Amino acid sequence: MAAAKFKVWRGDANTAGFVDYEAEVSEGMVVLDAVHQIQAEQANDLAVRWNCKAGKCGSCSAEVNGHPKLMCMTRLDDLPLEKPVTIEPVRAFSHVKDLVTDVSWNYQVKKKIKKFNPKPPDFEDGTWKMQQEDIDRVQEFRKCIECFLCQDVCHVLRDHHLHDNFIGPRHYVYTAALEMHPLDTENRLGDLKETDGIGYCNITKCCTKVCPEHITITDNAIIPLKERVVDQFYDPVRKLLRILKPKK
Amino acid sequence: MTTELTLIKRRFGETLRSDAWWLQPVLVFCGLTAFVIYTTWAAFQGEHYHHGPYLSPFYAPEIFGDSEHSWFGPKPGWWPTWLPFSPAFLILWAPAGFRLTCYYYRGAYYKAFWADPPSCAVGEPRNGYRGESAFPLILQNMHRFFLYFALIFVALLAFDVWKATQFDNGFGIGLGTIILAINVFFLGGYTLGCHSLRHLVGGFMDRLSGTPIRQKAYHCVSCLNGHHMRWAWMSLCSVALSDVYVRLCSMGVLSDWRIL
Ligand code: SF4
Ligand code: SF4
Ligand code: FES
Ligand code: FES
Repeated sequence: MAAAKFKVWRGDANTAGFVDYEAEVSEGMVVLDAVHQIQAEQANDLAVRWNCKAGKCGSCSAEVNGHPKLMCMTRLDDLPLEKPVTIEPVRAFSHVKDLVTDVSWNYQVKKKIKKFNPKPPDFEDGTWKMQQEDIDRVQEFRKCIECFLCQDVCHVLRDHHLHDNFIGPRHYVYTAALEMHPLDTENRLGDLKETDGIGYCNITKCCTKVCPEHITITDNAIIPLKERVVDQFYDPVRKLLRILKPKK
Repeated sequence: MTTELTLIKRRFGETLRSDAWWLQPVLVFCGLTAFVIYTTWAAFQGEHYHHGPYLSPFYAPEIFGDSEHSWFGPKPGWWPTWLPFSPAFLILWAPAGFRLTCYYYRGAYYKAFWADPPSCAVGEPRNGYRGESAFPLILQNMHRFFLYFALIFVALLAFDVWKATQFDNGFGIGLGTIILAINVFFLGGYTLGCHSLRHLVGGFMDRLSGTPIRQKAYHCVSCLNGHHMRWAWMSLCSVALSDVYVRLCSMGVLSDWRIL
């Protein structure tokens, strides 16, 4: 057993700063274990959100040594322990207390995205027929655990605070899952361009790098959506073809 | 609805990351700057761009020019006298525009040249931000039109590799032929892995089953697209090295190694 130093963000929206702690570290421990140990032994009032401890609920998002991470999936033996490990709350949402932030903005944004609108069923019993290869693409997006680490790292929210004009990578993944679904009939391209602000994404791929579910957010969700928006709004040749094509 | 959030604004460069977050943007900055300087210099030369059957890719296709590769003969009479002429000026806008609007390079140079952001989770120098939602960056949406030219260019460069086997004394292969062929290989991998191409061959559809050729094409492009960054840098290096080789041979600094 070795002792490691931690700097944990403490306080509320009015006054907050790092507080130093020391904790015993044993093999296989993750950052969340250390936080729990500190909470149990030194700081009973330390606020931290967690649930599954298995990287599946998306609750324990934080910034460890400046990197957006799930605390329960970040092993201490992968971190340089000769320096203090810094643990902060995610930075793209309002701070509540210690390591807890208010992520409810995400739920409001999600509600505004047009819902799944399937075509009429293929069969009388109300079911559809789909090919696996057609659903593969959207299945990647269904892996999302809503940890919002991608939202946290995206500079459009984190640095530019454009929460009113930009829905963020998590919600592009959600939109892509609906928009590319083989049964869906809804058109979300106008919203993507106008209210959802896809033009603000400058494809720097930070969201892809932090996703604990390894969803290829930028390449598989955002860029294909950007290309669909180009089809609809920016490609003059396509526009002309649409005008010339006789309506069915 | 206006969202009320209490967020902390970070200063330029502010981060708790202790890794070398600056390294990648610095490498991108140096790599792209070196390439742009060399290409501009090479394009202004207007000479030493061909050697025997070889033609530098910076000058291909040679629409007007003095070499035997030229399609329509020497510099046209209507070219304004005050404007410097080089066969490269007539064509270089297409590959330059293609790379400038490429999704990979966009993300890379926004970081390296504009610090927007300097690196992931590192504070930015400016408050205002419009990204690609307003002029001028909204023009990046024209990438697919450059793609159409790029596809033609790759085909023409592949034909140039065939021509690079036609020496004065008949068929042959020199080191130059191999270098030009490798260049087409990398340029092909880069161009055929383009995000816009991925969309155009099948990505725009929600159902690819029932269209086996489209499906195959979509999977091939997606496969190259997965390593688009690598192809981008390999082809950037190969295109510059091809020009360097042809140039040095033409200047007499190197003599071409005839293998076959
Ligand atoms: S790629 Fe786009 S959405 Fe993802 S972090 Fe960068 S700007 Fe944000
Ligand atoms: S896309 Fe990835 S990083 Fe973003 S919320 Fe979902 S799981 Fe988390
Ligand atoms: S506690 Fe559920 S993801 Fe970490
Ligand atoms: S996206 Fe890179 S070449 Fe098109």
